[in-house]
Amino acid sequence: MEFLILIIVAIMLASAVAVLLLKDFLAALAAFSVVSLGLSVLFVILRAPDVAMTEAAIGAGLSSLLFALAIRRLGLWRTNDAGPEE
Amino acid sequence: MRRFTSALFLIGLGLLIVAIYQQLGLQASSNIGQAINTVAADQLGAANFVTAVVLGYRGLDTLVELTILFTAATAGALVLGTRKPSTKRDPDAGFILQTGADLLFPLLLIVGLYIIMHGHLTPGGGFQGGVILASAFFLPILARPGSSIDHHWVSFIEGLAGASFIYIGLLVMFDGKAFLSPVAGNGVFGELFSAGTLPLLYAAVGLKVGAELAGLLANLSDTEAVD
Amino acid sequence: MDINLDISLMIYIAAGGLILAGSAGIVLSTHLLRIIFAIALLEAGANLLLLLASYRDGTAVPIIVDDHIPAVMADPVPQALVLTSIVIGVGVLALALGLVIRVQRTYGTLDIRELRERMAEDIADDAGIGRPVSSHAPLPVQAPGVVGADANE
Repeated sequence: MEFLILIIVAIMLASAVAVLLLKDFLAALAAFSVVSLGLSVLFVILRAPDVAMTEAAIGAGLSSLLFALAIRRLGLWRTNDAGPEE
Repeated sequence: MRRFTSALFLIGLGLLIVAIYQQLGLQASSNIGQAINTVAADQLGAANFVTAVVLGYRGLDTLVELTILFTAATAGALVLGTRKPSTKRDPDAGFILQTGADLLFPLLLIVGLYIIMHGHLTPGGGFQGGVILASAFFLPILARPGSSIDHHWVSFIEGLAGASFIYIGLLVMFDGKAFLSPVAGNGVFGELFSAGTLPLLYAAVGLKVGAELAGLLANLSDTEAVD
Repeated sequence: MDINLDISLMIYIAAGGLILAGSAGIVLSTHLLRIIFAIALLEAGANLLLLLASYRDGTAVPIIVDDHIPAVMADPVPQALVLTSIVIGVGVLALALGLVIRVQRTYGTLDIRELRERMAEDIADDAGIGRPVSSHAPLPVQAPGVVGADANE
């Protein structure tokens, strides 16, 4: 049980650092979803299924959707793949 | 200079977090929580104690939270503005997304309503179910960006649900109790129609949150792309 | 590797790490959207810390199923507060993203250094005062023959 928690915490912290360091914003959004998912599992381990369901629905669902829409509207959808015709 | 002061601030924050761990006093005993756990089942008749706290014992906090959500959604709509009707819309999504959205819409609707109505028996409630309802109403807009939701209906449902939350709380005052006390009989413990006004309050919360978030998402996706 | 790491310490390290990562992102980033990501991380870390403060070993979930009442149940009050906090966080996030889109539409850039300069210019122009010039900036060159012109704007 402790080993499982150790793995989840390690993945969460690595993804949190990746959110800040990745250049592509879509990849940063994916890493943010991983942080939200790890957080949801930790909430279940802390005996709070209500909070875990809320975090899964809002963090991995609504929050990521808001970020994706904003990234699309800001024109940051693609980076660094300049084709030969650019 | 900025990097140096930032590094200094972060080192200080790290030391503060380490120092808090010594003082946190984890595994100490708490009084209010244990007191609520022993009396909530008899006083309110709800099997889910978190629902009992959110709607029964701290109903005023939920009312303030609904106000904050309403302010954020209204301010977001104000900031983003309306779109000029001449700008080009995104093309329709592919076949998979269109078919998937048509199939998922009734399923999401049923799951959302189930989670809202069973908030006092199982983990769930108004906020979780409201978010699922919002995504159910937003999925067709993702599939076909040309069709948008009718903002008048959405605002009407949101206003009606928010007002009914307050009215149910006010009705209790005719009985001589305080604002937002849960009443109207407890019913059989564990049934769907139990726990007094708690399911009604959560239904109002769920509809309000769902309509609000659906309107906010539609506004965000409707705004013109910046180039 | 220590075998008896207890659960509280590991989750506390996760919460503290998230708070530190969020703060570092806010203070050190130059792109406005990345600052918004860091704010969301900071809120997640704070919620985890709040819920951890009420965790006791060996407690059960505070929900009664099938009339089987467990002996010790977890504290439901911090769970209700964290529920409220998560929903408020998403409301704040939606408004922040709307503001970022508006800023991009008005100024055309999301780099905070450039934004700071342009906003200072706009404010100074609207108020009718001179632009704030730092003491390290070079003085403007005067054309020869212009007498009595002011050295600083």
